[in-house]
Amino acid sequence: MKWKGIIVPLALVVIAQAGAVIYGIHSDSLASPWQILRAALTLLTDGTLWAMMRQTLLAALAGLLLGGGAGLACAIVLGLSPSLSRLFRYPIEVFRPIPSIAILPIFLMIYGFGYRMEIAIIAFACFWPNLIIGQAAVAGVEPRLLEVSRVLGLGFGARVAKIVIPAALPRLFLAFRLAAAVALIVAVTVEIAMNPQGMGYELMSAQSSLRPDAMFAILLYIGLLGWSLNAMLLFAQHRLFGVAAAAPPT
Amino acid sequence: MNRKPLTIVEPFSPDAVPPEALIRFDQVSLRLGGRVILEGVDFEMRPAEFVCVVGPSGCGKTTLLRLIAGLLRADAGTVTYRGKPVTEPARDIALIFQDYSKALLPWRTAAGNVSLALEAMRTPKAERARRVTELLTKVGLAQHADKYPTQLSGGMQQRLQIARCLAQNPAVLLMDEPFGALDAMTRQTLQDEVLRLAEAGGACVFFVTHDLEEAIYLGDRVIALRPNPGRVAQIFDVRLPRPRNQLTTREDPEFLRLRRSLFDFVQEIEH
Repeated sequence: MKWKGIIVPLALVVIAQAGAVIYGIHSDSLASPWQILRAALTLLTDGTLWAMMRQTLLAALAGLLLGGGAGLACAIVLGLSPSLSRLFRYPIEVFRPIPSIAILPIFLMIYGFGYRMEIAIIAFACFWPNLIIGQAAVAGVEPRLLEVSRVLGLGFGARVAKIVIPAALPRLFLAFRLAAAVALIVAVTVEIAMNPQGMGYELMSAQSSLRPDAMFAILLYIGLLGWSLNAMLLFAQHRLFGVAAAAPPT
Repeated sequence: MNRKPLTIVEPFSPDAVPPEALIRFDQVSLRLGGRVILEGVDFEMRPAEFVCVVGPSGCGKTTLLRLIAGLLRADAGTVTYRGKPVTEPARDIALIFQDYSKALLPWRTAAGNVSLALEAMRTPKAERARRVTELLTKVGLAQHADKYPTQLSGGMQQRLQIARCLAQNPAVLLMDEPFGALDAMTRQTLQDEVLRLAEAGGACVFFVTHDLEEAIYLGDRVIALRPNPGRVAQIFDVRLPRPRNQLTTREDPEFLRLRRSLFDFVQEIEH
């Protein structure tokens, strides 16, 4: 009964539209669903959408790959070595809780405005979920399988590639999906706060030029982008990485 | 298959020249977590010998096996394999775990699981498929090559693990209560298969079990351990003809005599 899920949102939109028509909204902060839809169409047709989406998506994906990839690599090393994991416990505990937006001034000084600053902050933010969840996933790999790999005489590289990663894959994907959500949040936040590009910046421009319809339309597109990012990762997990990835996380 | 046929009635007749020991425990002691697990363990295993180890739980059966496998190191004394101290796992020592479901890679098919051992040995890719088929045929799983472990029964999964170990061309097969979780019928079938495979491959087998009859049925010798701390209590020579047979061997007066003395012995330990 999939269609049932759509009843409530549809009803709310209809009510909002009815309210706007009946009472007539002339507001600097609200727009009727119809106006929002028209603004969304304009953004789609005049190319603004693609330009701003490309900027945000590019930064989010680059940051996700850099930070998430580094987090994953560290997670494997720390997950396989209890002594290294103990050694790095406190540094991690100290750096991890720093809100990623708080390091914006530092990266702004280093990189100035533009992609590099935004990507660096996103990478910082994506590093942690992959490190923490990845480490737990690797440490949770069935010890028997690691013994099997030792007895068979697999080297370190083969052990990671053939045993550890496949065994931890469902949870590694979970970590990547969380990190993807974080990447988008941080990208838009950085754009709203400082960086003059992407969807966050356009959102702020619409707001400051008193265009609530465009503002809500961009918000809609940000939501759509986040949803499709997650859907793409889910698709990759279930279709592109084989049996190991498709198993439920354990 | 260049092994002498195993129809010898008395495998170790006293006047025969004793073959050189393949594995030797020399005053081996081990502590884990402050507890003494093994103390002063001494024994030898000859090539192609089938040794079973019995004893109450906590007597260090599995620990002995893990020492040979190179997964553990002795605190005192030495474990030697082919005259050299064991410091890490060797390619020609294979280990079969009791919990087959945990020891198999659930994301690989039966063929893929066997292939893992070949990949570890750097068998050329072109040769692998042929070897995999050969090994799966050996354990009767040829038709199940494309199934995943979860699609196989317990007995078949254990067979698959055995096939993976045979891929290593082992000179030593270590088996840690391999049939403990299987039903009686499957267990008997697999006992005979292991005997057949060990004979054909000329491998020395170190077989841990808590089933005394299984130990007598399979072994050339049965080592009985005593707990707290684990040490060798007694070694029983099994002078039963080979090939063994589930019915006649188990009815043999010598089998019954051994069974009696092992049972008495274990009762004595436990009280």
